[in-house]
Amino acid sequence: MSAAACSSRRLGWLRTGLIVGALAVTETLCRTGLISKQVLIPPTEMAASLGALLRSGKFNDDIAQTLGCVAAALALAVIFGFACGVTLHALPRLRRALDPLLATYYAVPFFVFYPVLISFFGLSRGPVIVIAFLFAVVVMVINTLNGLDRIPRVLTKVARVHHMAPLDTAFRIKLPAAAPHLFTGLKLAVAYTFIGVIASEFIMASSGLGFQIAYTYNNFDNRTMYALMLFVLALVTIVNMGLHVWEQRLLARRGGR
Amino acid sequence: MLTNNTHAALAGVTRVYPAAAGHGEVHALGPVDLTLARGEFFTVVGPSGCGKSTLLEVLAGLSPANAGNTSFEGKTVEGRVPEGVGVVFQEDASFPWLTVWDNVAFGLRRAGADPAEVERRVRDAIAFMGLKDFARAYPAQLSGGMRQRVCIARTLVLRPRLILLDEPFGALDAQTRLLMGDELLRLWRETGATVLLITHALDEAAMLADRVGAMSARPGRFIDVVATGWPRERDSRIVARPEFGALTGRLWELLRGESIKALGHATGGRADGMQA
Repeated sequence: MSAAACSSRRLGWLRTGLIVGALAVTETLCRTGLISKQVLIPPTEMAASLGALLRSGKFNDDIAQTLGCVAAALALAVIFGFACGVTLHALPRLRRALDPLLATYYAVPFFVFYPVLISFFGLSRGPVIVIAFLFAVVVMVINTLNGLDRIPRVLTKVARVHHMAPLDTAFRIKLPAAAPHLFTGLKLAVAYTFIGVIASEFIMASSGLGFQIAYTYNNFDNRTMYALMLFVLALVTIVNMGLHVWEQRLLARRGGR
Repeated sequence: MLTNNTHAALAGVTRVYPAAAGHGEVHALGPVDLTLARGEFFTVVGPSGCGKSTLLEVLAGLSPANAGNTSFEGKTVEGRVPEGVGVVFQEDASFPWLTVWDNVAFGLRRAGADPAEVERRVRDAIAFMGLKDFARAYPAQLSGGMRQRVCIARTLVLRPRLILLDEPFGALDAQTRLLMGDELLRLWRETGATVLLITHALDEAAMLADRVGAMSARPGRFIDVVATGWPRERDSRIVARPEFGALTGRLWELLRGESIKALGHATGGRADGMQA
């Protein structure tokens, strides 16, 4: 085994050790009563409770709704963000005009638009998807621009030597050359979409995982609340780890280029 | 002067880059006249920033000339790279997302060549460039010299009749450059293509070429074209010949003043002080 593989393995063990250690400490604090069960239940109980919830199928509709909203918002953010990025890259003057707005975009608290969105869409999935889309779209725009900016000029010259048409150049040269940045945009967009959907469901939905977490919290149903929180954390972690592994493979193949 | 044997030519070519962000227009090249004979190996040397790469880009049809005429096989080169012209750039232009095999096959597949023909030609080009054991590797797994060989193979596989190389060995150490030069000479002999190579290394220019064009400081013009007189069957061992030393000495004699002038441009005239 190479030195790099050994080092990576050691880091993996260290990471796992830290997570298991944190869970063990929390478990001990809860079991010994140092943390009240009304505040936090032991992680093993959360897991048992989550298992029971999933087996009962009680929250299947909420899970499907939340994941449906995430998928819709993510698809819109990625497609629209990519298209905007490509357009702004092709129109430098417009880009210069919009740059300050893009740079300060995340200072805007999108939730202030919640009454407006409720008026437009009612208490439906619409406002949730729009808020999540607003959260995720600009990170995709920015990463698309970054990716296109960093395409080596020599590759576009190669395209000209091969007599490639603009669309052919875009799909065969520019898109793969910008792929690592587009992937970063996608990864961040996934995270932002989850945040947008779950947070929106807290305040402007009558179903979905975010709504159920808020509902069980208001009804002092700690076991269900923590089980649902664990489900969300596990889901987001698995999705992001999957994307991370994919990204690492992509980058390893390119040697970081 | 154009003859029946003329393969490519520049006649009175000038290239001026327009003013951009705080800089005035830059007269990079010319007027330049150059005639490349069919099957000739021509190298271009000159001080940094003298317009060598611009000359190559104009000849390739990648950059428009502001004046004069560029032709390849009797047809004017205008706004697009002519069929039959291959270009190898100074920078690493391999596609990092493709394997060596797919990089080399890229142009053939785009051209819709028959898969069996693609297979045969790619295999030959990869073997010719000594990359057989790395066909399934990605460029990131190769050294700089090997990546440049991938780019040369990608050009070679299309069987260009005119090969333009812009300092392809610029990033390599001296020994590897000599060996790559041998590969290039072998390629030139076996394909019969016309080759124009831009370089900043006088020894490389003198070793490879039938004729060496020495350029002035910007705006680049040919101050002299030196015929080397080497036999077609040659390799890097000619560097040991006494004529080789005399040839590089002559080239340096031609370029020394121009290099000082170019340095003067870069240092705002301080090179004059150095000269004194």
